[in-house]
Amino acid sequence: MKILVCLGNVPDTTTKIKISDNKLDATGIQWIINPWDELALTRAMELKEDANNLVDGVSVVSVGLASAEPTIRKALAIGADEAFRIDCEPTDAFFTATQLSLVAKDFDIVLTGIESSDYNGISVGGMLAEIIGSASVSAVSSLNIDADKIIVSREIDGGKETVTTQLPVVLTVQKGIAKDPRIPAMRGIMMARQKPLKVIAATSTANLTEILKFEMPQAKGKCKMVDAENVAELVNLLRNEAKVI
Amino acid sequence: MNFEFTEEQLMIRDAARDYVQREAIKDVLERDEKSEFPAKHVKALGELGFLGMMADPKYGGGGMDTVSYVLAMEEISKVDASLGVIMSVNNSLVVWGLQKYGNDFQKDKYLPALCDGRQIGAFLLSEPEAGSDASHQHTTAEDKGDYYLINGTKNWITNANSASVYLVVAQTHPEKKHKGINAFIVDKNSPGISLGPHENKMGMRSSDTHSVMFTDVKVPKENRIGDDGFGFTFAMRVLEGGRIGIASQALGIAGGAMERAIAYSKERKSFGTEISNHQAIAFKLADMAVKIENARNLCLKAAWLKDQHKPFGIFSAMAKQYAADIAMEVTTEAVQIHGGYGYVKEYHVERLMREAKLTQIYEGTSEVQKIIISRDLLHD
Repeated sequence: MKILVCLGNVPDTTTKIKISDNKLDATGIQWIINPWDELALTRAMELKEDANNLVDGVSVVSVGLASAEPTIRKALAIGADEAFRIDCEPTDAFFTATQLSLVAKDFDIVLTGIESSDYNGISVGGMLAEIIGSASVSAVSSLNIDADKIIVSREIDGGKETVTTQLPVVLTVQKGIAKDPRIPAMRGIMMARQKPLKVIAATSTANLTEILKFEMPQAKGKCKMVDAENVAELVNLLRNEAKVI
Repeated sequence: MNFEFTEEQLMIRDAARDYVQREAIKDVLERDEKSEFPAKHVKALGELGFLGMMADPKYGGGGMDTVSYVLAMEEISKVDASLGVIMSVNNSLVVWGLQKYGNDFQKDKYLPALCDGRQIGAFLLSEPEAGSDASHQHTTAEDKGDYYLINGTKNWITNANSASVYLVVAQTHPEKKHKGINAFIVDKNSPGISLGPHENKMGMRSSDTHSVMFTDVKVPKENRIGDDGFGFTFAMRVLEGGRIGIASQALGIAGGAMERAIAYSKERKSFGTEISNHQAIAFKLADMAVKIENARNLCLKAAWLKDQHKPFGIFSAMAKQYAADIAMEVTTEAVQIHGGYGYVKEYHVERLMREAKLTQIYEGTSEVQKIIISRDLLHD
């Protein structure tokens, strides 16, 4: 069985986001693998290392310009066997899913994180499945392979659902799929440059959505401290100033 | 001039940072309190390749350069300087010393387990009466034909209890003074070796420091490093590289203290505003940043020279003296910025201040570094 993990190249989650000219100001940003995608990669590696040799190989794919290669090579350092970079700036979900479909159609299991930590679109996985005509399961929190079948479970309201699915399949995975993301070992870092990273020309496709504007969240209001004995003042503020009671 | 790091160097820095920020931070205060050796972290760092970073991959090493080593040491020591010194001794003294000066038999036998953390090493040079004055070795290694017989006491030995492999410096030909000294690879479990009690230290309390006593310890001839009488030169050359490790550790301690001071100054309020808005605090932070940047540049220059196979001993002495001294200054100011909170253990900066002090003392005091630097200046 061949697994493909789709990787988003996103700003480090501690980045202070700045917007200029209606787009993200990338100055000084450290880029990382989208945390959910990194968990997907971790699970893929665990399955590959399983003693039963259920997985023939783990590949990774990312839609991005050459500047995304350090992030891709980190996945190779962690242990992926090969990588693909589809050479274009990822824009909306349909555009990105269309690009990913160039590679994804050749794999049995395609993993994507449930969302990306930058735009939080939550749409690429489902669209990708539709484009390549594969099965799709969303919000997967565990993945196991039993001979030629895969067993996945997903969180549902008040419980857990376990399903099996035909192959090929696109799984969008969430927290729980693997415990912690892996830290690349020195040997992996050294080997990463020797592994294949194939650059694929992007296919021409339209965006279905367009970003009109970004707005920063409102700054937090000032916190007023009220003395513990002064309940009347607290009630007064809540009623007349905050107008919540 | 090129101040850019390579992708691999950055990946190593991030891997080191991720490990300590995720794992070592969890129990660093408890291990400091209990003087507990970080066995599980040492094992994990070994598996990640941090214990033999610069060694040849054919011995299981990482094959990385010294610049990567500086970056990794800095990140690890920001969180846990004890883990930093364990790593420094293993990498720069034991593994590097064996790889550079050991013969093929010794390298094949010892390096693989030392590189992946199955074993760690210790470097036994200091004695009760030979610290800075390392040429006056009282420990003796008597030549008995097919073996040496070692007798004496070594002091302040990092990793003494947890190490499996000792590199021991001892005097074989007293009449030849420092030219009669030899260095040996000694199995820690050899009959005749005993350990003093765990030293109850001011800082770096999670690293295990003991004195080690040798009573008629037999060491096979094949375990001598280099030619007869090479031991003092061996020790001095190894320490030249070791200084880069300790300088980077001091740099990390300072950096860790500054990061905590910045974060605290943006949270803590006095006179109606965050204390970072008071110039008295903001200027302290600016001074810290300049010192740390200077120290980092010195560490990286020494590392770069070593990687280029150029003489680096003076620069590693400058890096160690400067980084250790500013680590003391920066951590002291970080405690000051924290005020009363800085003086209690849960805020980490008092621990970093205690750890900084040792960097001015071990692997050559700041004064010894100044001797090395000034002798070079005054030498005709």
